[in-house]
This record gives sequence, structure tokens and C-alpha cells, in this order.
Amino acid sequence: MSTLSRVGVVIADPVKPRRLPGVDGVWVAIGADSVIFAILFASFMQARLHNPAVFETSRHTLNMNLGGIDTLILLTSSWSVALGIQALKRDLVDQVPRYLLGGVLTGLMFMVSKSIEYFEKFAQGIRPATNDFFMWYFTLTGIHLMHVVFGTSLLTYLWIRSRRRAYSSLQRVVPECVASYWHLVDLLWIMIFPLLYLQRAA
Amino acid sequence: MSVLRERVTAVWLGLMVLTCVTTWGLSKDLLSPAVAVVGIFAIAGVKVSYVMLDFMELRNAPIPVRVAFQAWPVVVPMMILGFWFATSALA
Repeated sequence: MSTLSRVGVVIADPVKPRRLPGVDGVWVAIGADSVIFAILFASFMQARLHNPAVFETSRHTLNMNLGGIDTLILLTSSWSVALGIQALKRDLVDQVPRYLLGGVLTGLMFMVSKSIEYFEKFAQGIRPATNDFFMWYFTLTGIHLMHVVFGTSLLTYLWIRSRRRAYSSLQRVVPECVASYWHLVDLLWIMIFPLLYLQRAA
Repeated sequence: MSVLRERVTAVWLGLMVLTCVTTWGLSKDLLSPAVAVVGIFAIAGVKVSYVMLDFMELRNAPIPVRVAFQAWPVVVPMMILGFWFATSALA
């Protein structure tokens, strides 16, 4: 509430309307993707139920430090993109490209890190067919990596367009859609990382 | 725009700290496996919840949409932990 003391009138601030960033269709896609990943997680856990010893032994071959660093990279990426949207809402269009570029670069860093991890595995003779754990490891991380590649491409497009001042507080539907998708990529990894790398056997 | 004053910055810092706690703390053998795994997935759920609320801006979304999406970071860790305890019981 704010008060106009000179005239002694109390005026209610206008209530900020609730809204979804971007367009509704993107949220349907995000919801569907989240459900698909939840089903994949359940399938992984069901496979683990039948052979916990193999899953535990295989888990120890993963590079936990690299997985943790991947999480820090994606969180930083999400943060940078979120800052870009905040700048856009305030029409600070000069600042938007730098935040989007931060998202692009951290997306690329994640890809490099994941490539290093895959090369390590292949060098050790580990393949998706090695056992059930590695089939799931390559499936979950591979599908997620495809999301990262797609998201980084979209962010690159946004970055190029934002340098030409194509977006503003009134024209931010596309950046909001891409940002929402990019945050989905982040949150999926937040769950994939402990599922594969940190889940100890009893 | 001062980055330090933005809510998303405080959330990002919190998420970074929680990630370090999980990766380089709870994953060690200091705690029993059950406590560690429950802690790890509870923290993962909290992290996902904050990403949804503050990065994805669901905090200001229509209530039904917010409730529907916020079910994910509750249901998924519970499902994983359900399987984990079932696997431990059968082992």
C-alpha cells in the first residue's frame, strides 16, 4: 500500500498479474520433457534394482569431480541467462548480449567437459554395451547432451540477434522461451548427476 | 543493473554452495549410505525447486501451473528414494 499524505488518500498498488514467461506451448513441451525424464529415471532405478552390485562397481569408474564441475557450469549458465532476461525486462539492451554470451560459453564448456568424459570412457574400453549401467549412463547423458547442444545453438542465435538490438522489454517472448528451455536443461542435470554419480549402494 | 542485488544472484550462490556440499561432502563416507542418499536427493529436489521458482520465474506464474511444476522436484526424488530403499531391502 502507498499513501498520498498530501490528500490523505490510500491507494492500492496495482497487483502484478501472474504470467508464464514466453508462450504456453513452450511450457507444455517443458512439462512433457520433464515427465519423459522422470520415466527414464524410474526405468534406471528399476534396472538398478535387479543388479545393484554392477551399478555400484560401474558408478565408481565415473569422474565425480568432473560431474560436480559440470553442475557448477550449468548453474552459472542458467544464472547468466536469467540475468539477461532481467536486463531485457528493464530495457538495458546493451547489457543483454554479454549475459547471453555467458550462457553460450558455459554451454560450450559443458560440451567440452562431457567430451573429455566420453573420451576417458572409450579409452578405458567402456561402451554402452559394456553393461546395463553404462547403457543408461550413455543414454541419459547423451539425451541430455543433445538438449545442451540444441540449447546452446538457440542461445547463440539469441546472442547474435540481441547484438542487433532485436529484443526489448516489449519484444522478449522468444528470449523468454529459450531461457525457460535452458533452465530445464539445467534442472535435468541437477537430478541426473546424483542419480548416476553419487548414488551409493547401502 | 547491479548483479549483486539481483535475487537470481543470491539463488545462484546458494545453488553453488549446495552443489559443493553434495558433491564433495555428502558423497564421502562420513555418513551412513541411507542418510547420505536421502540428503543428496533432498538437496537435488530443493535445487530444482529454486531453479523453477527463480530462474524459470514460476514464482510469478499462475498458481495451478506453479503447483503442477513444483510437484516434479518432490515426486521424482521420492520415487528415486523409494527404489533405493527397496533395492537395499532386497539386497
